[in-house]
Amino acid sequence: MILDLQRFLAQERPYWNELDEMLTRMRERAGTGIRLDEIQRLYYLYRRTASDLARVRSQVAETELQDYLETLVARAYGEIHEVRSTRRIRPIHFIRVVFPNTVRQYNRALLLSCIVFGTGALCGAFLTVLDDTNKSYIVPSGFAHVLQNPSDRVAEEEAARLDHLAGNRTLFSTELMTHNIRISIMAVSVGFFWGMGTFLLLFYNGTILGLVFADFIQAGESFFVFGWLLPHGIIEIPAILIAGQAGLLLGGAVLGYGNRNSLSLRLRHIAPVLIILITGVALMLIWAGIIEAFLSQYHEPFIPYSLKILFGIAEGIIFLIYLVFSGRKADKKPNEVQPGIEGMVY
Amino acid sequence: MKYSQASKGWFIEIMIIERYNSLRIHIPEGVYFSLLLAGPFSRFLAWLLDRVIIFATLMLLYSISGLSQFYGSGLFNAGMILVSFISIIGYNILFEWLWRGQTLGKRLLGIRVMDVLGLQLQFNQIVIRNLLRAVDSLPTLYLVGGTAMVLSERCQRLGDLAANTVVIYVPESMEPEIEQILSGKYNSLALYPHLEARLRHRTSSDEASILVKALLRRDLFNPEARIDLFDMLARHFEDKVSFPEESTEFLSDEQYLRNVADTLFRKTGSNNHNKKNNSTTQTAQVS
Repeated sequence: MILDLQRFLAQERPYWNELDEMLTRMRERAGTGIRLDEIQRLYYLYRRTASDLARVRSQVAETELQDYLETLVARAYGEIHEVRSTRRIRPIHFIRVVFPNTVRQYNRALLLSCIVFGTGALCGAFLTVLDDTNKSYIVPSGFAHVLQNPSDRVAEEEAARLDHLAGNRTLFSTELMTHNIRISIMAVSVGFFWGMGTFLLLFYNGTILGLVFADFIQAGESFFVFGWLLPHGIIEIPAILIAGQAGLLLGGAVLGYGNRNSLSLRLRHIAPVLIILITGVALMLIWAGIIEAFLSQYHEPFIPYSLKILFGIAEGIIFLIYLVFSGRKADKKPNEVQPGIEGMVY
Repeated sequence: MKYSQASKGWFIEIMIIERYNSLRIHIPEGVYFSLLLAGPFSRFLAWLLDRVIIFATLMLLYSISGLSQFYGSGLFNAGMILVSFISIIGYNILFEWLWRGQTLGKRLLGIRVMDVLGLQLQFNQIVIRNLLRAVDSLPTLYLVGGTAMVLSERCQRLGDLAANTVVIYVPESMEPEIEQILSGKYNSLALYPHLEARLRHRTSSDEASILVKALLRRDLFNPEARIDLFDMLARHFEDKVSFPEESTEFLSDEQYLRNVADTLFRKTGSNNHNKKNNSTTQTAQVS
């Protein structure tokens, strides 16, 4: 209860001003540490202002004053009630430990992603084997080259001069990377629709892949198609699968089956995982884009297919070993859960 | 003069709050604060501004860097694709990270991204909300995101839902003119709460709005008309409730009416937060 507004203002105003200044100062040098006595002072000022706000609200009809105090309290609240640590970015640690660990930790989502993609691939292959004209219904018009007769395509590719991409390889690889990264971001995002978007996207991409492979193999060009697609595909396809894994995790968090947390809490928990996965996927796609532009597009007689296939297989094995074993030792401590948020009641 | 600005201020405030939702955050210290949520339109404008800024900056860089002579070469095109890809994806993330939830466009429109609980914005929240633009912008012009915003309780697009963020109007951090509160707005009628209550009770909302309109436009009247009008109004309100002599004797008609208006529109302790936060308020409780 405020009996004398004038006296109350005169008495409390210096504290508000001090808090205001302190918050501005902290904001300007965000990131640098603050001293213990400063923190204590901040906390004191914050509580004092909060209690002033309560008093002003209960008693006085001064809305401007109320708004001002609300703003002060809101700002201070944001500064004080932050318990989640801001971690430093450690690229090597990320690649060696964080990424493979996260992929393994959610292996069920990855498995599901593989199954959906694989089923799509089988369907695509089956449809092509069944009737060759089916592919024209499935492949979007933008990919007309896929509709071409495989043997013609091989002849065309092989006839191309060594440097048919001369000077454009960088462009090509950049286009591939950005396109693929966009697709994988999409694969994660559409997971928001209870995972169904990711499901469809994975299935569709699987279908196209199965279709292309079946088409070439049927035409007796299997050696070519493996040599052509394996060196980059062996990284690109897992990247899409992991993006699918992230999308399914997001969908799972939205569905929340078997999880008693609120939607917002579930999403809060899954968010850091999604970031880790999508960052890893982006790195993989950059690698795949470079390989695709600088190696995959060369055909016999410049590079023997066997060499390209061998390269692809070696790459695949190394990647698999990396994904399965890297960072296992560091895996001892459980995935860091953001402290504090756990204890909050929504 | 000061008074008229203040009374306009209320009006705007009341209108906005009733039209848009606000987010109320209860804090462990036993009080709450309310944040005004930004509507789809202002967010769209901010997005548009950002796009224009990105585009203009890229064009400017392109023209002053003298790169145009390499136009058409593979390396150049690759660079362009990469730069535009990174700037479109990275612009929002970078700015929202550095400026704590504001891009240039958002800053110009006075809005900011915030955590739903009023906490500091985390880097991964910023990344998530911006990655999900991919789906929010489907099929074109943010139709999915816009629909989600209209349907969601806190005006969030899907990216906001996934990242637990909201977009709010940056609260004005201006210290009110305390002197004005102390002297300029002193209301002699406030000494008689029971009479004030009776006055409020007997005044219809039409009468109140006529009074406020007259006060807001008072500088537009001819001097004579102004005196007449306020004399008429003053008599009208005096008929409703007569305040004791000492509270009104040194007041001009106009000052008297200002006091009446203050009495009518002042938010009193009990109904204050009802007015401000109606039923449209979202409550996030932290304990």
